[in-house]
Amino acid sequence: MLNAAPAETRPPDPRADLTASLGLYASVARGAFRRYSTYRAATLAGTVTNTVFGCILAYTFVALWRARPDLGGYDLDQAVTFIWVCQALMPTTAIFGGGFENDVQTRFRSGDIAVDLYRPVDFQGWWLASDLGRAGYHLLVRGGAPLLAGSLLFHFRLPERPLTWLVFLLSVLLAEVVSFGLRFLVALTGFWLHDSDGVRSVTLVVAMFLSGMLLPLTLFPGWLGELARVLPWAALAQVPADLFLEHATGPAVLGPLGLQLGWAAALIGAGRGVQALATRKVVVQGG
Amino acid sequence: MALIELRDVRRTFTVRARAGRFSRTKREVRAVDGLSFDVEAGECVGYIGPNGAGKSTTIKMLTGILVPSSGRLRVAGVDPARERVALARRIGVVFGQRTTLWWDLPLRDSFELARRIYRIPDHRYRENLDRCVELLDLGELLDTPVRQLSLGQRMRGDLAAALLHDPRVLYLDEPTIGLDVVSKGKVREFLREVNRDRGTTVLLTTHDLTDIEQLCDRVMVIDHGRVVYDGGLDGLHATGRSERTLVVDLAEARPPIEVAGARVVKVEGPRQWLAFPSRQSAAPIVSAVAERYPLVDLSVREPAIEDVIARMYAEVAIG
Amino acid sequence: MADPGLVPAPSGPGSARTGFARTGPGWAGVRSGVARARWAARSWWLCAAMWTRSTMSYRASFAMMLAANLVIAFLDFAVIILMFRHTDTLGGWNLPELGFLYGTSGFALGMANLLIGSVDALGERIRTGTLDVMLIRPAPALAQLCAERFSLRRIGRPVQAAAVLAWSLAALDVRWTWDRVLLVPVLLLCGTAIFGAIWVGFACLQFWWGEAEELQNSFTYGGGLMLQYPPTVFAKDLVLGVVFGVPLAFVNWLPALRVLGRPDPLGLPTAFQYASPVAAALCVAVAGFAWRAGLRAYRGTGS
Repeated sequence: MLNAAPAETRPPDPRADLTASLGLYASVARGAFRRYSTYRAATLAGTVTNTVFGCILAYTFVALWRARPDLGGYDLDQAVTFIWVCQALMPTTAIFGGGFENDVQTRFRSGDIAVDLYRPVDFQGWWLASDLGRAGYHLLVRGGAPLLAGSLLFHFRLPERPLTWLVFLLSVLLAEVVSFGLRFLVALTGFWLHDSDGVRSVTLVVAMFLSGMLLPLTLFPGWLGELARVLPWAALAQVPADLFLEHATGPAVLGPLGLQLGWAAALIGAGRGVQALATRKVVVQGG
Repeated sequence: MALIELRDVRRTFTVRARAGRFSRTKREVRAVDGLSFDVEAGECVGYIGPNGAGKSTTIKMLTGILVPSSGRLRVAGVDPARERVALARRIGVVFGQRTTLWWDLPLRDSFELARRIYRIPDHRYRENLDRCVELLDLGELLDTPVRQLSLGQRMRGDLAAALLHDPRVLYLDEPTIGLDVVSKGKVREFLREVNRDRGTTVLLTTHDLTDIEQLCDRVMVIDHGRVVYDGGLDGLHATGRSERTLVVDLAEARPPIEVAGARVVKVEGPRQWLAFPSRQSAAPIVSAVAERYPLVDLSVREPAIEDVIARMYAEVAIG
Repeated sequence: MADPGLVPAPSGPGSARTGFARTGPGWAGVRSGVARARWAARSWWLCAAMWTRSTMSYRASFAMMLAANLVIAFLDFAVIILMFRHTDTLGGWNLPELGFLYGTSGFALGMANLLIGSVDALGERIRTGTLDVMLIRPAPALAQLCAERFSLRRIGRPVQAAAVLAWSLAALDVRWTWDRVLLVPVLLLCGTAIFGAIWVGFACLQFWWGEAEELQNSFTYGGGLMLQYPPTVFAKDLVLGVVFGVPLAFVNWLPALRVLGRPDPLGLPTAFQYASPVAAALCVAVAGFAWRAGLRAYRGTGS
């Protein structure tokens, strides 16, 4: 740089601004990653639980697919693999809870949440970064274990093409963003409702059912199945699992990925809107 | 027999720290290291010390939550660790930083629960409640949900809840923390009343030494799990090697004057500050100054208890 | 020594009680045991009532959530109905029979969760100091802990399970002998006790292992899920594990074999199908032991 002018006279450089805030979010995400990596006992306990649930569901699927081979477009091995991929996705996308919303809940209880809305850092961006950091850790540690257990205990179908892994990872990232978008909306209900725990427990059951984690959405009948396959929850498990099973390959992967991307964008946008409403409410009522 | 009796009470904790990626080290920490003291019925004792000195460990042992590693402990005639539930009926506990009241319910409901849990006879409950309501000015607050109370109002509620079952001992952990001056005053006034009129023994920990000055006739200073001082407030000054200050206004500005037994610590125009040990009488110094210099005015300042205790902690840390 | 003062303190009946009084065997021991249990139940009731009143101060929110929970709970059974759109039997059992398993498992799990499920946050109660506050009250800490954050909202689950069970009982093709009729309420009661004991027992791990909260989900919610499906679906070792290890099989599998007149895939003696009360008593004893051991470790009583 040849420019020797004092810093304060330099015109603001938008690119430097962007780099700085990206750097900040990256460090928030790294911090969350490191924080979750210190909860060793919790990680182990959660991994055991995922494996147990995976086993139970896998046995029921084996029974169902023995009775009806090739049900829903899956053969027996694919159906079992579907279960284990879902168990790997469950902690990563925090469908069953355990994501950033616990921290937000704590801040609601302490009343710090109103202050958070006024930080110079964007509220949604901060929590998204933090949740991505957590998801990264959970994918690496808690995602791997169920896949390993599943491949040891049952017949397991691994992707045949190497590229599928890349597509799958991208899909998991989008699934996590969609999941964040949904949980962010639920968390913000705390500004209006006393019992946001209740909302969470309801949305949790809905998410489990409509994500396909308990039963693939291709087994849902008629209009219910068609509807469920395009709702945001499908993006959480059904879509990534199908990509892992190579139900779509080549350019055809763009369809499911596009669905995920669309919901991710829509939900983040909706989250911003609700955040603005919450900010206004805090201004009017003083928190 | 004393109401509270400790003989060589020790309590160690095993702390596990991560040493490397996979290894962990165990370390024994002595939170309380050989405490012995008695508190007689009706006393009001200040129990102070820096953070981590072992104050809350002591309180937890005195309430029966924690069991001592060794030593003998008696409160109101029972061994707290073995008869925790029996003891619970004879003690009251107030945590300044944590309310035991029910957040979403009117204050009255929390008192009602205490009545049932402590099985307080109806007439006692009514008498005690009336008295607390009167002394603590709770009348208007009884039907207000606790979440709508201010910190000071909530603390008054907590105090009442801890006293409804006629406890013989009241433990207070930082009862005035975070309160404004007026609320602090009300709380202290009430505690004095409870201690003096009802004869309830009070043991309080605090960081606000005004609490001690206004309430306690006896102070225990604890550091590193040991009692480093036990006695009256005035004795604390002596032990702490505290200094009083003689402030003299001379007729004119002078360089620091020389007086045996005192030293000048500050000069400001004609006014000079002379420090001398608290144990000594001020009279000989005053007359020594008056003999040699023309005096306009003088006053003696007592040492601030904060300074005394700060000095005491520092000495313990060095020794 | 008497306390002086304006209002002299009496020595009420309460102040003379000793909570940990060791009483010898015989009638006195039994009577003090019964008195302790009654006091524990009453303490639980008092605290749960306070929490209920707390939630009732947000009445609209509560009513909405209760309704939503009730409706949503049926989504859970919808999975099984959807499975049966594609098959007539699962592991050789038909839909009403699965409904029986689902209803009994869901009811036992739901009731246990409603009554004492809050115990699973023990680690958090320790971290925030709430447990200490419970320990300075003259009421059993376990009873207070189980009632902490009690929410009637959780009744949605057992109600829904009971509805499924009622439908199943009507749809089942079973010859109702007196032992079968009697087994149904007995298994619901014992199942609730078994799940409750599992909740308490595994929560106690958090005395040593504060973050292990999620582990118990394997046995509570995981167990509940497993028991919705017939034992014939699972590997034999797994079924053996829930008979002789964590005795979940006594919640509904074994008694259901008798009620529904199905052969035992393990070929165990018939007595096992009536043994739920024994299993429940064992579980409760073990959980009680775990609680005492955990509390001792927390308070630091010897080692």
